[in-house]
Amino acid sequence: MLKMLKKKRGVVAPDIDTESLRVEVASQWKLTWWKFRKHKLAMVSAVIVIILYIIVIFCEFVAPRSGFTNNSKYSLVPPQAIHLLNNGRIGLYVFGYTYTRDPVSLQRIWVLDKETIVPVGFFVKGEPYKLWGFIPGNIHLVGARNLEDPFFLFGGDRIGRDIFSRVIFSARVSLTVGLIGIALSFLLGILVGGISGLIGGTLDNIIQRIIEILISIPTLPFWLALAAMVPIDWSPLQTYFMISMILTLLSWMWLARVVRSKFLSMRNEDFVLAAQLDGCNNMRLITHHMLPSFMSYIIASVTLSIPGMIIGETALSFLGLGLRPPIISWGVMLQDCQKIASIANYPWMLAPAGAVFITVLAMNFLGDGLRDAADPYQS
Amino acid sequence: MRKYLLRRFLTMVLTVFIISLITFIIIQLPPGDYVTNIINRMLSQGATSPSPEDVALLRKIYGLNDPMFVQYIKWIEKIIFEGKFGYSFTYQKDAIEIIVARLPASFVLSLSSFMFVWIISLPIGIYSAVKKYSVGDYFVNFVGFVGLAIPSFLLALVCLYVAYKYFGVAAIGLFSKEFQNAPWSAARVLDLIKHMWIPMIIVGIGGTAGLIRTLRANLLDELNKPYVDTARAKGLPEARLLWKYPVRHALNPFISTLGWMLPSLISGEVIVAIVLNLPTSGPILYNALASQDMYVAAGFLLMLSTLTVVGTFISDILLALLDPRIRFQ
Repeated sequence: MLKMLKKKRGVVAPDIDTESLRVEVASQWKLTWWKFRKHKLAMVSAVIVIILYIIVIFCEFVAPRSGFTNNSKYSLVPPQAIHLLNNGRIGLYVFGYTYTRDPVSLQRIWVLDKETIVPVGFFVKGEPYKLWGFIPGNIHLVGARNLEDPFFLFGGDRIGRDIFSRVIFSARVSLTVGLIGIALSFLLGILVGGISGLIGGTLDNIIQRIIEILISIPTLPFWLALAAMVPIDWSPLQTYFMISMILTLLSWMWLARVVRSKFLSMRNEDFVLAAQLDGCNNMRLITHHMLPSFMSYIIASVTLSIPGMIIGETALSFLGLGLRPPIISWGVMLQDCQKIASIANYPWMLAPAGAVFITVLAMNFLGDGLRDAADPYQS
Repeated sequence: MRKYLLRRFLTMVLTVFIISLITFIIIQLPPGDYVTNIINRMLSQGATSPSPEDVALLRKIYGLNDPMFVQYIKWIEKIIFEGKFGYSFTYQKDAIEIIVARLPASFVLSLSSFMFVWIISLPIGIYSAVKKYSVGDYFVNFVGFVGLAIPSFLLALVCLYVAYKYFGVAAIGLFSKEFQNAPWSAARVLDLIKHMWIPMIIVGIGGTAGLIRTLRANLLDELNKPYVDTARAKGLPEARLLWKYPVRHALNPFISTLGWMLPSLISGEVIVAIVLNLPTSGPILYNALASQDMYVAAGFLLMLSTLTVVGTFISDILLALLDPRIRFQ
């Protein structure tokens, strides 16, 4: 096709370059992709986000331990660093632990023991697990070669659970609560924004006023209030869905606004009129003609609003009003950091905060790149 | 202008009304009501359980047999005409006293965070637009993104850690010890100002990042317009040109951010206050929600949102004063 075009054009304008031709025949999605590719940070972030979600899918395999396995012998041990060279030979290992007792409080003070070496490997046999609850396995991406050896990349918590594994399992909850909330916001936003933008008139006016009112409410106090009302005896799954509903309830308005403004500006476009003249009904008009043309915008705004949801969940759970153990999320893990003494003495307990930071940063960059790319015709 | 003012005012009243409705519904959500709460408190203090007749009488006294909307009207009536928010179990007095004790500090903290956001973002935003793609611009952008990515409560946690580890301070408060419970005085205000800047920065930093980006984008749009070239061609010095034309244009959306930033600042203030245990409304609201001291919780929800809505209203008026296109719409 490209060659043909080139040949054809070649007769009229022999010096036309392939690059501009490619642009002329490319579809909108292709143009968007080309533009997105130029945004280096967004590309890197996209890779990070994809890796994060792959981890979410294969938690059981990626984490060295189950997230609940506790070994009270190793309570509050500091993180171990992975070393590469062992006496001149290449082999991954970490140092083991040894402790002294604090003469006053008699508490254990852990130090890394340079004498004991714990060999570490990839794809090691470890604790048995059931992937997604039904596929049995016991191979872990990374772990100590000997199951009995201590392996705490991010340190251990109060009852000797591996924080690294817990951060990974928490990702499954923290990263999906936002997705479910976003999916709900997306539906509500498209529905309300679409109705508002398409029908217009009084109905639009009313909907817009309601949205304005909802936007002017400070979200956090109401999130707190709603989350505090979730009964304590609800099952983990119920709480999980309830929290994502609560997060949705106060954030769908932004998406509805974007959708509405797009519908409004598009209502008078020629291609919409053409479709109407062709006898398209409203449903087909929306789903086949209007939605595809501003889908990229919506995807960008959706990506940009996921971080808010993740932060919202983390904040609620951190305060003890959101998710509760046995569910683990980054916010639930951070509950251990509420006391200044624990952060000061065991700063590795803040590891989930690092996870939140990386995730939110990557998603912001990704959303930013998507937003720039969403309008490929703009230079 | 008058018509615009009136319309905005009516919207504000309507908003506060709807917020009060939502608040009322939320406080009715948990199982049990005011009377079961009283009975539970009495039982926990060792009283014998009351007879069904007593319970019925109590329910009648507190008007719990009335339909929902009558109860709502009674509640709101008391707030508006008597300034009473309902009795707090935890504090053994009317919720209004607790609100009066805590809300001003919240207000001052949010407002100063807001000032901080503005004062910081304006010069930085202009700088990064004028020196587009310079090292400084990249740096500001990077810091901005990082600022956006750290939720304020995590930043508060990290600050706590740093303060403890490197300065030996165990808490970031709003007052020194001697002023903790002192009555308001000039010295206490001074003390507050001395201590407030850390929480102020923590609350404001996320907003700063957003605002710098907005201002930069707006200013970049303006800088390419022909009137800038015209002014430059006429020989206006660069600095004066900048301040006189494009910056003023770019400021418009800047002021309208007051409206949408205020809710997030109040939100930030609440959670940062909970983490740092500041004597503002955050911790009290949190405790009230946790212990289901519903009238206190409702009072704070209502007052915090009303404060936000009034702030938004003021920002809209400012914007209308500044931009004729809005008031003649």
